[in-house]
Amino acid sequence: MSGRVLVGVKRVIDYAVKIRVKPDNTGVVTDGVKHSMNPFCEIAVEEAVKLKEKKLIKEVVAVSCGPQQSQETIRTALAMGADRGIHVDVSGKDYENLGPLQVSKILAALAKQEDAQLILLGKQAIDDDCNQTGQMTAALLDWPQGTFASEVSLEGDKINLVREIDGGLEHIKINTPAVITADLRLNTPRYATLPNIMKAKKKKIVTVKPADLGVDVTSRLEVLKVEEPPQRQAGMKVETVEDLVVKLKEAGRV
Amino acid sequence: MLLGLTRGRVLPSPRRCLLHCRHIKSAATAASGVGDSVLSAFRSICGEDGVSLGEAVREQHGKDESVHRCRPPDVVVFPRCVEEVSALAKVCHKHRLPIIPFGTGTGLEGGVGAMKGGVCFSLRNMEQVLDLHPEDFDVTVEPGVTRKALNAYLRDTGLWFPVDPGADASLCGMAATSASGTNAVHYGTMRENVINLEVVLADGSIVHTAGKGRRPRKTSAGYNLTNLFVGSEGTLGIITKTTLRLYGIPEAMVSAVCSFPSVQAAVDSTVQTLQAGVPIARIEFLDDVMIDACNRFSSLSYPVNPTLFLEFHGSEQSLEEQVKTAEDITQSNGGSDFQWARDTETRNRLWKARHDAWYAALALRPGCKAYSTDVCVPLSRLPQIIVETKEDLIENRLTGPIAGHVGDGNFHCLMVVDPNDPEEMHRVHLFTERLARRALAMDGTCTGEHGVGLGKRALLCEEMGPVGIQVMQSLKDALDPNNLMNPGKILQREEP
Repeated sequence: MSGRVLVGVKRVIDYAVKIRVKPDNTGVVTDGVKHSMNPFCEIAVEEAVKLKEKKLIKEVVAVSCGPQQSQETIRTALAMGADRGIHVDVSGKDYENLGPLQVSKILAALAKQEDAQLILLGKQAIDDDCNQTGQMTAALLDWPQGTFASEVSLEGDKINLVREIDGGLEHIKINTPAVITADLRLNTPRYATLPNIMKAKKKKIVTVKPADLGVDVTSRLEVLKVEEPPQRQAGMKVETVEDLVVKLKEAGRV
Repeated sequence: MLLGLTRGRVLPSPRRCLLHCRHIKSAATAASGVGDSVLSAFRSICGEDGVSLGEAVREQHGKDESVHRCRPPDVVVFPRCVEEVSALAKVCHKHRLPIIPFGTGTGLEGGVGAMKGGVCFSLRNMEQVLDLHPEDFDVTVEPGVTRKALNAYLRDTGLWFPVDPGADASLCGMAATSASGTNAVHYGTMRENVINLEVVLADGSIVHTAGKGRRPRKTSAGYNLTNLFVGSEGTLGIITKTTLRLYGIPEAMVSAVCSFPSVQAAVDSTVQTLQAGVPIARIEFLDDVMIDACNRFSSLSYPVNPTLFLEFHGSEQSLEEQVKTAEDITQSNGGSDFQWARDTETRNRLWKARHDAWYAALALRPGCKAYSTDVCVPLSRLPQIIVETKEDLIENRLTGPIAGHVGDGNFHCLMVVDPNDPEEMHRVHLFTERLARRALAMDGTCTGEHGVGLGKRALLCEEMGPVGIQVMQSLKDALDPNNLMNPGKILQREEP
């Protein structure tokens, strides 16, 4: 076993920003807006670094797909303790149309190239909420998957996992190599401290193109329109229950 | 300073504001003082949505988290930028309307009550983080940015703003009250950490206290206007930007707890730890009554004795040394049960007692509300004032567990009092006056962190003396001759 873990980190609009839709309804405003690492990706990085600190794995490689700025997100992962980074350069129209299917093809190719033992991802991104990349990557590699993980422990060449599911908590045991996606309660990610940010500047980030990995990033999806949810309408006050029934009937609700 | 994390509202004051039907959009004019022409001037400056006469909105902006009753303004305006603040101030100035700046309403001394009605400037829509310079360790923020929001924004830079008064307060509001917190012993208070301010004066003029856009780490250029406005509680101007000093996020943290046979032993340990050069980050004192309350509330089993909660920040190696030195000192002062922890979960468990202190105090007497006193004395006088204060509490049958930032000589009695018992309320009031005078007699101050606001104006006169008050009054008269800026706070004025 190589002892190498790939962690996917996505650059998204910061969770604290108020999202605004572009006037032409083609998407949301991203220019000049604060971006940061997807919170679930932070949890994935933290878990990978913890595994390395426990000496259960040897190397953490942070991967991000996107334009030049994605390197900042990789640097944050390096400051948290990842060893090196791979930036898959996707920009312009390709980046606007980049979705889970293409990213999972890229991650699958990288996993083979880097001889990864484990892929750690966030369960979903807070911009598209797709919750697909982990599952698709596992399928493409024909690897087992442990999604919505709230507890992970390595036992020899197997992984014990607790998953947060609708009915409660599910305990599973899967073989390695595997794909794990991190849920909220898996851990509390550490802050990047200044000394670690300084050290991270010396760590290597390699840039590759999807074509180098044999991946075609054309999308089969086309975004037609993006619009805000409807504005909340003012309520109405009624004086009696009879009035209420009349109004409900008028609105066709009863 | 608010102990623990953000706490829920205290119970409503005995005199409740009568609430008739609430108007979401009220077409009616406000109570006295603000005529239609003024309102339409306001609307033309900050838009229809930026002016509110609604009763609920005005009430919300007439009180904070203190025991002082709600005093709503006549109208609330919501400017979006400093130009709007300035234009609104000019209108108020022309019509001689009081101006009350409002941040998050988390103050503890009644600073936002509109004593003479007027216009509340709610600054929450100005919420941008501007001009972050990580290499220079500074950032500029608008009044709507709270300290937790700023630290979340900064998290990827390796920097943070450490002044932590407990509540998630507006940073400009913290500058206005010269806030402090549990970290002050290591990182200082707002006075040490505000580099520049943008302030709108009573006549609408905009001043940059250190010069526009300037952010040198130190300066000796002219009068120190920045620190004139820090702590001015809205009585000299409206703070619309503050430039803050940032610090590196500590590499690692260790928390520790230790019990002592006496208050003197706990304070001696504190003084010796500081003298030994340990750069301790937090050092909090809880008295036996408070520890007992915490044990009951959180099902803990700390020995019911004066206790110190400590936190150390630094690199892995320096932490080992710091903890060792502190442990030796506490032992030499009769300290026992020294526990410490490195990982986040155990640290939180150790400090849980301290974090929940406010709720634990309230839980001592369900149905009561709590008021926090706030005095600060030189370190050497701390044991004496705490001992005398505890005797006072017992003699007057008052519930007042004590928690304090012992590294600064600052402590709070969390007075738990029945709001429906006027006799007890009166006893508490007299007690707090005695406490403040006790602190003044020991070369201290009547307010370490919370500010003067409404309730401590007379005590400020005793603290400063007539000449000091006269100097303050002269400054106030120079900057605000018509007494429009937050009237009735800090300084008492002879009303004609």
